[in-house]
Amino acid sequence: MFLTLEWWREAFHTFGWKFSQNFLEASRWRLLANGFVTTVEITIGAVLVGLAIGFLVAVIRTTHDKTGRLKFLNFLARIFLTVIRGTPTMVQLLIIYFVIFASVNVDKLLVAIIAFGINSGAYTAEIIRAGLMAVDKGQYEAGASLGLNYYQTMTRIIVPQAFKTILPALGNELIVLLKETSISGYIAMQDLTKGGDIIRSQTYDAFMPLLAVAAIYLICVCGLSWCVTRMERRLKRNE
Amino acid sequence: MSNDAKPILRAVELTKQYPTVLALDHVSYEIFPGQVVCVVGPSGSGKSTFIRCLNLMDEPTGGQVWFKDQQINAPGVDINRVRQHIGMVFQHFNLFPHLTVRKNITLAPTLLKLKTQEEADATADKLLERVGLREKADAFPGQLAGGQKQRIAIVRALAMDPQVLLFDEPTSALDPEMVGEVLQVMKGLAKAGMTMAVVTHEMGFAREVANHVLFMDHGRLVEENPPQEFFGHPQSPRLKEFLSKVL
Repeated sequence: MFLTLEWWREAFHTFGWKFSQNFLEASRWRLLANGFVTTVEITIGAVLVGLAIGFLVAVIRTTHDKTGRLKFLNFLARIFLTVIRGTPTMVQLLIIYFVIFASVNVDKLLVAIIAFGINSGAYTAEIIRAGLMAVDKGQYEAGASLGLNYYQTMTRIIVPQAFKTILPALGNELIVLLKETSISGYIAMQDLTKGGDIIRSQTYDAFMPLLAVAAIYLICVCGLSWCVTRMERRLKRNE
Repeated sequence: MSNDAKPILRAVELTKQYPTVLALDHVSYEIFPGQVVCVVGPSGSGKSTFIRCLNLMDEPTGGQVWFKDQQINAPGVDINRVRQHIGMVFQHFNLFPHLTVRKNITLAPTLLKLKTQEEADATADKLLERVGLREKADAFPGQLAGGQKQRIAIVRALAMDPQVLLFDEPTSALDPEMVGEVLQVMKGLAKAGMTMAVVTHEMGFAREVANHVLFMDHGRLVEENPPQEFFGHPQSPRLKEFLSKVL
């Protein structure tokens, strides 16, 4: 039956009608557009928070492993990593929204950024730490032998080299984070996923809005992957 | 060199105890300005540990290290300041792969505010000229051969105007045909009066360039003599055995 012209005409007509019902009618596309903006805001905010936390924790852990200093901070960092990586992201999001910020009136966007940022920070920390530890021991020694202190060796010699090895992993973490924000509907944020879901509840059509949502995520992820690969190649060139 | 000059580096009963191995067993030695001291011995004899303890790259567990009038393994000493005066050349070069040759050489002097970038660049060019690598200034370490890397590493250490240079098996990681060019540079330094302590397997270099040759075994300083004496009339049975194997 797929081969008849009649069937194709019918299918095309239905698609057009459904498309207009789901996205054009009552300007429902705005739900996706605004949701997308919210998703991007959460992701960018959380990535920045995550990088800051991750870098701090990684430096504490690496300094402790390399020099034996910062014992107490290292202890705190390890508890942080265990708790954050040992509980589901969604539970953390709910706890931060309904418990920690329960009695305070804060912007939900900020709550989401903090929750996803803290979560991402734990994973980013281990990525950065692995990168710092992967730099050859001889590089620390070369820095030290020239009279550079630990901080100078770190910032001028170790971190720039670690950056190359951690960049792909950081890119992946960004991609994971982008997708992970799709649970922010649970604290009543209207992100991209929620936008699609609202359309579904209004039109009783699940196929079109949800596939549209999936397609938008996929395009973003592919774009990010492409950027990361390009950056990797550019950094490789100076070797 | 006169013997009443003060030593630049002095090890007093230097000991390094690893959990299961005694790597350095009460080694005492003094290095005077202008001397070239070569340390030889079988692998695992503690010779690398000895040289690495002299700038606290390895922390000794006992004894003292003195740089001129200062005990440097004492509490409260700013070891980074001391290391500015003690250069080190490593077996695996340890050049900074993300920086050009020129940046490798000028990073520490400029970062430590010992020189302006212009002064450091001028020094780098002069030193590169001296080791025959002037045209490599803008190359990255990954583009260089082993012997070239080690010559750059020597230049990097020299750019700090060190008062003594430590070499930890500088030619051991090199292909045989590149050993000569690095030893040539080191000979030049020795001739110019640089104080050097060299852990090496190059007996020819030790015989020709060193003022003193040390033989270490099982973490102990077994024998120490000028090269003619050291190679011509070895005293201890361990050294005789060692020399019969390597010569």
